Amino acid sequence: MITSEDVRKISKLADVGIDDSEISEFTAQCSGILNYFAILDGLDQDVPFIRERYNVLRDDEVCPSLTQEESLQNAGHTEKGYFKAPRVM
Amino acid sequence: MKTLSFHPDDAVHAFITTIPHVSYGEGPLCGMTVAVKDNISTKGIETTCASRILKGYIPPYDAHVITLLRNAGAAIVGKTNMDEFGMGTTTENSAFGPTYNPLDHSRVPGGSSGGSAAAVAAGLVDCAIGSDTGGSIRCPAAFCGIVGLKPTYGRVSRYGLIAYANSLEQIGPMARDVGTLSRLFSVLAGYDRRDATSVDKPYTHTPCADIKGLKVGVPREFFGEGVNPQVADVVRQAIETLKSLGAQAIPCTIPSMKYALAAYYVTCTSEASSNLARFDGVRYGPPITSMKSWHDAFSDQRKAGFGKEVRRRIMLGTFSLAAGYYGRYYHKAQTARQMVRNDFDRIFKEVDVIAGPTMPDIAFKFGEKSDPLQMYLSDILTVPANLAGVPALSVPCGTVDSMPVGLQLIGRYFEEERIIDAAYAFEQEVA
Amino acid sequence: MEDFETIIGLEIHCQLNTKSKMFCGCSTDFRDNEPNTHTCPICLGLPGSMPMINKRAVEYALKVAKALECTIREESEFSRKNYFYPDLNKAYQITQYDKPLAERGKLLIDGDHGEKEVRITRIHLEEDPGRSVHMGTTDRGKYTLVDYNRAGIPLIEIVTEPDIRSPKEARKFLNKLRATLEYLNVFDSEKEGSLRVDANISLKGSERVEVKNISSYKGVEKALTFEVTRQKNLLRRGQPVIRETRHFVEARGVTTSSRSKEEEHDYRYFPEPDLLPLRVASWVDAIELPELPDARRERFRTQYGVSLEHAKTLTGELKLADFYEHVASVDPLLAATWTADYLLGELNYRDFSIDAMSSDLFRELLDLIKADTITDKSAVEILRMILDAVKEGRKPERPYEIVKRLGLAKTSGDQITALIHDVIAEQKAAVDDYYAGKSQALNFLVGQVMKKCRGRADPGYLNKLLREILDKKV
Repeated sequence: MITSEDVRKISKLADVGIDDSEISEFTAQCSGILNYFAILDGLDQDVPFIRERYNVLRDDEVCPSLTQEESLQNAGHTEKGYFKAPRVM
Repeated sequence: MKTLSFHPDDAVHAFITTIPHVSYGEGPLCGMTVAVKDNISTKGIETTCASRILKGYIPPYDAHVITLLRNAGAAIVGKTNMDEFGMGTTTENSAFGPTYNPLDHSRVPGGSSGGSAAAVAAGLVDCAIGSDTGGSIRCPAAFCGIVGLKPTYGRVSRYGLIAYANSLEQIGPMARDVGTLSRLFSVLAGYDRRDATSVDKPYTHTPCADIKGLKVGVPREFFGEGVNPQVADVVRQAIETLKSLGAQAIPCTIPSMKYALAAYYVTCTSEASSNLARFDGVRYGPPITSMKSWHDAFSDQRKAGFGKEVRRRIMLGTFSLAAGYYGRYYHKAQTARQMVRNDFDRIFKEVDVIAGPTMPDIAFKFGEKSDPLQMYLSDILTVPANLAGVPALSVPCGTVDSMPVGLQLIGRYFEEERIIDAAYAFEQEVA
Repeated sequence: MEDFETIIGLEIHCQLNTKSKMFCGCSTDFRDNEPNTHTCPICLGLPGSMPMINKRAVEYALKVAKALECTIREESEFSRKNYFYPDLNKAYQITQYDKPLAERGKLLIDGDHGEKEVRITRIHLEEDPGRSVHMGTTDRGKYTLVDYNRAGIPLIEIVTEPDIRSPKEARKFLNKLRATLEYLNVFDSEKEGSLRVDANISLKGSERVEVKNISSYKGVEKALTFEVTRQKNLLRRGQPVIRETRHFVEARGVTTSSRSKEEEHDYRYFPEPDLLPLRVASWVDAIELPELPDARRERFRTQYGVSLEHAKTLTGELKLADFYEHVASVDPLLAATWTADYLLGELNYRDFSIDAMSSDLFRELLDLIKADTITDKSAVEILRMILDAVKEGRKPERPYEIVKRLGLAKTSGDQITALIHDVIAEQKAAVDDYYAGKSQALNFLVGQVMKKCRGRADPGYLNKLLREILDKKV
């Protein structure tokens, strides 16, 4: 059973902005679904999913980059060739 | 280069974007109209994943499959509606409104590739491509009465597919008949050096209706509780048809089914929570208007841009990876995956293909599945193939209440040829 | 006053000098280029893009692992480290978590009490994030500009056990590590930001403090010295050291408590699903290591007869070692002294690297010294003139030219003898003093001869010759 405090903490970690009006709905739904996931509790964690292929690598060769314009073309805000982001505290 | 005009009567709202004048070249698909699910990157054409957070996003590059389609002479006529970021079974989760099932507008077309399926079923295009993470090609194919294939994991490049769950998903073909599906698949399959999980297994097969001696496994879990008995009957009849063509039906069991759905949802939500973290409005998407500091601004942007189902799955995935009690779930889910794989390996020693219903029921009415967990449970028959990475398709095999029922055929790794043959044989027989 | 044992562990990030980035083909050579001109869908993190591992980055990392005597894991894999920050465009960094490339190695250094081993916990590969520039002054007017040219550059992270016992040892460790990486030719030490250091430091019995943002490895000793003092002062006042993360502010030489970015992070690591594992332990056998600093140091001692101290200094930097070997043919010991003692001193004073001195010019200078054409004092003068020219952006004169122009050539033996006889004739009083046993008189006479030849004579030689001549006259 998860609490609304858990939901708040996780929503902050995930940056999904769950506000007070949504907390109880999300708590109830996530609770129910996580309870369903609990069926996995019976499994031994140390039996991993085997990945059969390995060492897929590429040579150290330079390929053409996007132009600055192409790089920035979808950005909402730019300044002098930089992406503009909100302030960091 | 030739051009064609595309002005479909899209009453079912299959498309998010249509391209009125399309040019196309020579090649095996010369002039075939192809609809592309809107989570596949198309250079110069808006690609939204049916989400507000990608509204206006114009990729500066084509997905590998798009390059392959263009080189084959296909005419890419539009981007189709879907559940936001692939998260859903009904296409009701689109930020731009739902798509209607062409056979009954009060019902869902299935999801998440609902738009692609509806476009094909409504005859608006010759064929379409979708993506399948937990059944997203097969489900809408079943609900709309068309054919859809989820290839073996790695057989089709994922480069350019906007990721939902990287270890589970594949791009695949959708069409009204097996022959067209096969033609489309032969263009899509093959190695791409930009996708590290891509495997060098091209497809050059022409469907063959001779299935004498084919051993068909019938798992008891596919006909158990939760499956509409009428749907189960129609599918059993279909298996009888296969037998009449010379196949042999052999009962089998998949004990790991009991963990499959949980393993699937833990895995896909975990990977999704990471894949979708990049959507913060700085490099693409609607411009950030918030004046708050970055962490709060990102939160506001994502709350406004993501629908509830997407946010819910991101939460579940974050829980499943976070430190503490639930954090073990991601690794446990991988154990369950290995168990599903082992079960398939074991069964495929005795049989060549596995058959059963694609979906536990016919297409739901809009709004019918309002509880998320109830919705998730309808994926129970499709997710095992994604967990193991084996190929699986859905071919129409009858109706219940006038709505189509899909027969699911699952094959060994890289044996799409065999399940396509079985589907072809069936299709030819009932035609 | 009780002394506190200092316990230090280091985490070093080093940019590998491959041609292309870690997971895409964008060029790593962006120098002062315009922002966002070396990006592609992959390193920009555009939706749908997929990473592909750079083989050479793996080879370089294995080279480092072999040089540091690490064990290579049979199977290693990449993982996602998930967190939000404007310069992290996928909101996760592809790194290695529970299955790093290599573990359990060591590096031998000159510790505070003799030679010691610093154990290496692990070495792994990861990608560099982009670069943020914080703008604006007023609170509401602040914003951040981001350039992703740097995003995706290959990094190796080298983590040490907490075996280091003082800030000085930390500096020595870093110098040795830096030299080793240079010798391996896997990194460009001149490139700004190519080596970054985080340190964990505690005084025995107290909490551990992490110090981040030490961007020059020269700043490490400064940062750690400040931190040790800060912690000692706290304990002496009976206050506890709080476990926290602090930032080093290079300009002020202090560490400050950092805020929100470093709050307890849950990175939710899981294996990168778009990449396959690495099984490269067997590649190590094929890797041939070049001569490393310790081996080169020993070779300088045996091949050139250089002293241990000089050998250590000369092999401390790859370019310096190469420079020495270009000039050693004149006379290895002479070259060693003049390079390690004189040249380095003059370079350090001007904040120059060895690049400032041409090995050809220096060899010419050594030739002049060896041939006894000039005094040591003149040689130093010439050295300084060359470096001053470099500093002012002028083409330096050749030593031969300087000698000719300023008449610096030593006075010849015959000329000196003549001058000595002149002085003896002129300075009768001093000569008498000498014969009377007053040794200062000799110094005075030497000075007089030096005056006459304007300093163009070896004081030692002059002293000897003067004494000989005076003693003969008796």
